[in-house]
Amino acid sequence: MSALRRLPWGLLGVLAALSVPLLGSRFYTFVATDVAIMALFAVSLNLLLGYTGLVSFGHAAYFGVGAYTTGLLMKMAGVGFTLAFPAAGLLAGLFALVFGFFCVRVTKIYFAMLTLAFAQIVWAICFKWNDVTGGDQGMPEIPYPDLAWMERLPLVGDLQTSDHFYLLTVVLVGVCFWLLRRIVGSPFGRILTTIRENPERAEFIGVHVGRWELIAFVLSGAFAGLAGGLFGIFNRGVFADFVYWTKSSEVLIMAILGGMGYFYGPAVGALVLLVLNQQITSYTEYWPLVLGSILIVLLFAFPGGIVGALDAGRRRLARLRRA
Amino acid sequence: MPAPSFLFAQALSGLTAAMFLFLVASGLSLIFGVLRVLNFAHGSFYMVGAYLAWQIVHWFGRDPASFWWAAVGAAVGVALLGGVVERVLLRHLYGKEELYQLLFTYALVLILSDAAKVLWGTGQLSVSRPPGIAGAFRFLDTTIPYYNLFILLLGPAIALGFWLMLGRTRTGRFIRAAALDREMLGALGVNVSRLYTGVFVLGSFLAGLGGALVTPVKAIVPGMDVEIIVEAFIVVVIGGLGSFWGTFLGAVIYGQVLSFGILVFPRFSIFSVFALMAVVLIIRPWGLLGRPLKT
Repeated sequence: MSALRRLPWGLLGVLAALSVPLLGSRFYTFVATDVAIMALFAVSLNLLLGYTGLVSFGHAAYFGVGAYTTGLLMKMAGVGFTLAFPAAGLLAGLFALVFGFFCVRVTKIYFAMLTLAFAQIVWAICFKWNDVTGGDQGMPEIPYPDLAWMERLPLVGDLQTSDHFYLLTVVLVGVCFWLLRRIVGSPFGRILTTIRENPERAEFIGVHVGRWELIAFVLSGAFAGLAGGLFGIFNRGVFADFVYWTKSSEVLIMAILGGMGYFYGPAVGALVLLVLNQQITSYTEYWPLVLGSILIVLLFAFPGGIVGALDAGRRRLARLRRA
Repeated sequence: MPAPSFLFAQALSGLTAAMFLFLVASGLSLIFGVLRVLNFAHGSFYMVGAYLAWQIVHWFGRDPASFWWAAVGAAVGVALLGGVVERVLLRHLYGKEELYQLLFTYALVLILSDAAKVLWGTGQLSVSRPPGIAGAFRFLDTTIPYYNLFILLLGPAIALGFWLMLGRTRTGRFIRAAALDREMLGALGVNVSRLYTGVFVLGSFLAGLGGALVTPVKAIVPGMDVEIIVEAFIVVVIGGLGSFWGTFLGAVIYGQVLSFGILVFPRFSIFSVFALMAVVLIIRPWGLLGRPLKT
């Protein structure tokens, strides 16, 4: 058991993900890119949801800001990916700073509603500001980053551009996961957990709750922005839907489905939800009906999510073995 | 400066929209005030009300009074649906995290929107104005359909009836008490669980009624559920979640801001209402006429 624990799972995961294009199926690579990006989006949300105990119902705003930033810079200004990608995180973080400043002042249900209101403001701007965002038509034909250097690499050199972009995505998402992991494992991460467990008590022992919540909000928004930057390129276009409130609830569902009590829970949720979506939409157009039903079963039977249920099962097994 | 008759017409159309919104938002606000559940599915109930009304008119189309039967029937049908949802599912989530309640009602949104597509297809459906009040009259250089006048009178009438019910009846006292302190009310021997069901049913009834009454002026389309819930949210947030007159005020403000916002910034009128909502949430999170939540 402990030998299993000591394996570098994160690294193995990245390696396994990197080998997906070698299977030779464009479809698998497509789904895997989608999963990797949405996993980052869901894990970034969980910094607020699972670690700080704040229910943001407007996380799509930062995802969308990131997507529009990278898209605009690459398509209109001809800026390279190496600048346009970090810019997505920076601008999304800036938006999160402004919105979060107000959001952390209110609690509970009002927090959820204010995040939703801000996200809808961003959506309204993206949807109507035709000159910049393309309005309801969106912004199609975002170029791929220049990945010609990958053609000189062994093994993956003769893959397609979309495969190369996937490899880049996996590496970037891997780095973001590593950073986020460091963040939640740091003393700062412990403070966030304290705030989640008991904000009043945290205040009593001298923790400046609002300030730490704001920092978590900004970080969470920035990583969501990075995910959005990647998604715009992957999707070959940025559209106002990225910011709509239903997108925010989609990522919340991913986090809950996987298990918001675990670091990789939301990533598992993203994987399961997107693969299910691919499978089910090939049989029926009524995917929302299926998703709603899954959600209800989940809320009533497995409130800890998939990882939570697995973890509970593993513990029960261990107890049985000891008895 | 636009002509006064134009401004009057604009104000009137905003007020008509406000009365529909009030019907829907008052149920949302009532449910939140008592159950502390933010019901995303409220817009879906409104949509189901609209489809049910169309269905009943479709069945009994030859009867001139069919529209009125449809309105009542649809509202009752939606109220029953709400009752089943509350009794079978929602009640098991009371006392759990708000997130679970939010996502549960969101799951209902997904399920009901697809169920409506399965039952009624994805095309536009419409219902004609009821025969008795199909015409229009002119007032201050403005053409006003009788149906709009009916809605303009119905909104305040329902508000007044509601207010009397809350203020003067035993049930109304229980509802107000439950909003303040449900445990104390339970300790005093009131069946709080039945009261909750009753409130949810009443809220759903209002959503269904709103959906049924809107059919003569608006086409029934998939997606009307998500559209109205966003509007109803803005209304209750501005007015104050759980506050009854606040909801009325919120609806009137929303209607006017939207209908005059179009004149000032043609493209960004929707932006102005979201901005208004955010400003209210920042300054008075509990809304203009609401009161802060006890924790």
